[in-house]
Amino acid sequence: MNHRTRSILSFLGIVASLAVIWEGYKWMGQTTGGTWPYTTVRLPIRTNARSMPHLWDIAESLFQPARRGGEDILLVILLRSAWFTFRSAAGGFLVGSAFGFGLGILFVRSSIAERGLMPYVVASQTVPVIAIAPILVIWGGRLGLPQAVQVAVIAAYLAFFPVAINTLRGLRSPAATATELLRSYAASPAQQLWKLQVPAALPFLFPALRIAATASIIGAIVGELPAGLSRGLGRAILGFASSFSSAPEKLFASVAVSALVGILFVGLVALVERSVVPPNRRVTVDAERPLA
Amino acid sequence: MTPTISLDNVSMVFGSGTDAVKALEDIDLAVQPGEFVSLIGPSGCGKSTMLRVIGDLISPTEGIPHVNGKSPHQARLDRDYGMVFQSATLLDWRTVLENVALPLEIMGVDRPERDATGRRMLDLVQLDGFANHYPWQLSGGMQQRVSIARALSFQPSILLMDEPFGALDEMTRERMQMELLRIWEETETTVLFVTHSIAEAVFLSTRVIVMSPRPGRIVDHIDIDLPQPRGFDTREHQRFFELITVVREALRAIENESP
Amino acid sequence: MTKIRSYGPAIAIFVGGLALWELTVRLFNIQGFILPAPTAILAAFAAETSTLWRAGLATFLSAVSGLAVGTAAGVLAGMAASRFTLIRDGAMPLAIAANSTPIIVLAPVANAWFGLTSPIGTVVVVAVLVFFPVMINLVRGLLSAEAQELELMASYAATRGTTLRKLRLPAALPYFFSAMKIASALALIGAIIKEYFGGPQERLGQYITLKAGLFQFEEAWAAILLASAFGIAMYGLILFVERKAMPWHVSVRS
Repeated sequence: MNHRTRSILSFLGIVASLAVIWEGYKWMGQTTGGTWPYTTVRLPIRTNARSMPHLWDIAESLFQPARRGGEDILLVILLRSAWFTFRSAAGGFLVGSAFGFGLGILFVRSSIAERGLMPYVVASQTVPVIAIAPILVIWGGRLGLPQAVQVAVIAAYLAFFPVAINTLRGLRSPAATATELLRSYAASPAQQLWKLQVPAALPFLFPALRIAATASIIGAIVGELPAGLSRGLGRAILGFASSFSSAPEKLFASVAVSALVGILFVGLVALVERSVVPPNRRVTVDAERPLA
Repeated sequence: MTPTISLDNVSMVFGSGTDAVKALEDIDLAVQPGEFVSLIGPSGCGKSTMLRVIGDLISPTEGIPHVNGKSPHQARLDRDYGMVFQSATLLDWRTVLENVALPLEIMGVDRPERDATGRRMLDLVQLDGFANHYPWQLSGGMQQRVSIARALSFQPSILLMDEPFGALDEMTRERMQMELLRIWEETETTVLFVTHSIAEAVFLSTRVIVMSPRPGRIVDHIDIDLPQPRGFDTREHQRFFELITVVREALRAIENESP
Repeated sequence: MTKIRSYGPAIAIFVGGLALWELTVRLFNIQGFILPAPTAILAAFAAETSTLWRAGLATFLSAVSGLAVGTAAGVLAGMAASRFTLIRDGAMPLAIAANSTPIIVLAPVANAWFGLTSPIGTVVVVAVLVFFPVMINLVRGLLSAEAQELELMASYAATRGTTLRKLRLPAALPYFFSAMKIASALALIGAIIKEYFGGPQERLGQYITLKAGLFQFEEAWAAILLASAFGIAMYGLILFVERKAMPWHVSVRS
C-alpha cells in the first residue's frame, strides 16, 4: 500500500471514527437518560434530537424546503448565501493581499517604515473586527458603499496581515551571495526586486495566501453579522441559531456549508500555488494567523 | 586476538526491484585493536554506508558484521563506539559543555561526574574556555572539536568518523588531524575514518582501504608504514609522498576500470 | 541611542497619529458616532472603568482558560500524531482542512450546547480555535529533528522517550512558540466574537454589541482598545517566555 492510499484511508478512518463518536455518544446518552453509564453524573452535552441531531438528519435537512411551504431546499438557500459571502470574501482577499504585498515591499525597502508601522500591523490583528464592523457599516453608509463592499473591507482587514508578514520574510530570503551577484551586475533596486526578491518570495507568499483565504471568509461571515444584511452565510447562521430549538439540524447544516466554503477557497489557492511554485521550492511557513 | 571490527561477506542493497541500488558488495574487513583505518574512494562508493552498518544505524541485507566480537546492535547498546559526522550536529539549545555531556546524560551518569568528564574532554580538544558558550558562538572548526569531545566523553573503544574534517579549511584541518592523532595515542581507541582526501588518509592512518563505487567493494589494502608518532615533518617524509602515489594509483586504477 | 533609532518611528507615528486624529475630529466637527476623538474615548474609558474592567477580566479569563485547554489538547494530539505514522497520515490533512474553515461559526452551536449563560461555551470555542494551529505546528516541530541528529541519538542507544525529551521536544520549541503567538491572538478575539453570539452579560463582546447598538461609540471604542490591550499583553507575555525558554534560538540571539 503506497503512502497516498494509506493517507486517504487513515483520513477516512478518522472522519468515520468522529462520526461514530457523535452517534455513539448520542446513543449512550439516550440509553442512560443523559448521564455517564452507571453514574448519576450528567453528560456535558445533552444528547436529545435538539442538541445533537443524527448526522443523517442533518444531511437530509439539506434537501428539504428551508421554510414551510417554501420552494427552495435548504442546500440551494445555503449555496446562494455562500456565493454571496464568497464574493465579498474574494474581493476582500484580493484587495487585502495586494495591500499586504505592497506593505511587504515597502518594509523591505524602508527600514524606517518597517520600524514605524510594523508594531501597528501586529497590533491591528488584536482588534476584534466584530467590534469595528458596526462602525465600518456606518462609514460605508455615509460614503454610499454597497453592503457587500463593507463586508469585503472587513475581509481585507484580516487578509492583509499574513500576506504582509510572509512577503517581507520571502523578500528577505535570498542568500547574501545572490544579492551580491545582482549588485555585481549593477542591477537597479527595481531589478533586484523583480528578478530576485519577488521570485524568491513566491514560496513564502502562497502559504500566506492560503491563510488569507480562510481569514477573508471569516472576515466576511463576521462582517455580515452586525451589518444587518439579509443575505450571506453569517446572516443564515444567525437566523438558524435563533430558530435552533425548532430546527437544530439547519444550523449544523449551515455550519457544515461554511466549513466547506473555507476549505474550497483554500483549495483554490493551493491549486494556483501548484502551477506557480514547483514542489521542490515549497516551504512550510507558519505565518502568524489572524482571526477576526 | 579478536578483531575490533570484522565484516564477513557484507552486502547492502537499498530499494527493491528495478530501483535497487547495490551500495556494498561482499565486504570482508578486519580491523585490529588500536588500528587507525581510513576508507577512501570516490563518492558513492559506500564508505558512509559501511560506517553506518558497523554502527548499527542500518542493517546489512547480507553478511554478518561483528563489533568487539558482538553484533553491532549489542555493541551499540553497550555504547562501544562514538560517532562523528561531517557536520558537527551539535544541539542548538545546549551549551558546549552540555553537548559534550549529552551521551553521559543519556547513560544516566550523574551531574557532577558528567560535568567533570565534559570539562576534561574540552581540555583534551583545547576548548576549556568555551564550556558555557552556545554552538552558534563557535567557528566551524571549534564546533567539530566539540563533536569529537562528545564522541570521546564516554570512552568508547571505537571511533567511527564520517569525513569529520571535510568542511574545514586546510589550516584548521591540519591542526585537527594532529589533535586527533594525539587523542588516538592518549586514549588507545580504534578509529575507522572515512575521507576522500588522499593526503589525510595517508597522514593519519596505519592502513588505508581503497573502495570502488557501484557496487561498493574493497579493492585494495595499503599499509602505511610511516613512523609513529606523526608530526609536521611526516608530511615532508619521502615515504609520505611515495604512499600518496600508491593510493592515488590505486584510485586511478578504479577509474580506468569503470568507464 | 539604538533604542531611540528602533522605537523612534513607532512612537512618532503613535503621537502624530493621535494628534492628527484629534485635530481632524475637532476641525471638521465630526460627530461621535462616526469617529469619536481620542480624548472622548479616554473620557468614556474613565467614566466606565469599573464596568469595562470587570467585563474585560471576565472575557480575558475565558480566553485564557480556552487557550490553556486548547493548547494542552493540541500538544497531546500533536505528540500522538508525530508518534504514530498511521494517525499522522490522516490526521494532518484533516487538521489542515479544519484549520481552513471558519471555526468561529461553532459559536451558536456552543451556545445551544452549553447554554447562553454558561462561560463553558466560550472556553470550548476558544479551545477548538487554538487546538488546530498548536497541533499542526507541534507535529511539524517534533518531526523537524534532522536525520543526523536522530542517528546521533541512535548511536547512543537512546530510547524513544529519551530521544523525545532530549531532541524532539527541544527542537519543537520554536514551532510551539510561533503557534502560541497565533493562538494567543486567536483566543481573545475568538472569545469576543463568541460573546457577540450570546453569552453571560458583563463581557466585552456583549458590551461592545450593546454600546454599538446604542450608537455610543466612545464606549465601544474604549472597549475595543481594552480588548486590543489585553491581546497585546498576551502576545508580549508569550514573546517574553519565548526569550527565556530558548535563548539559543536564531530569533532570540542577541
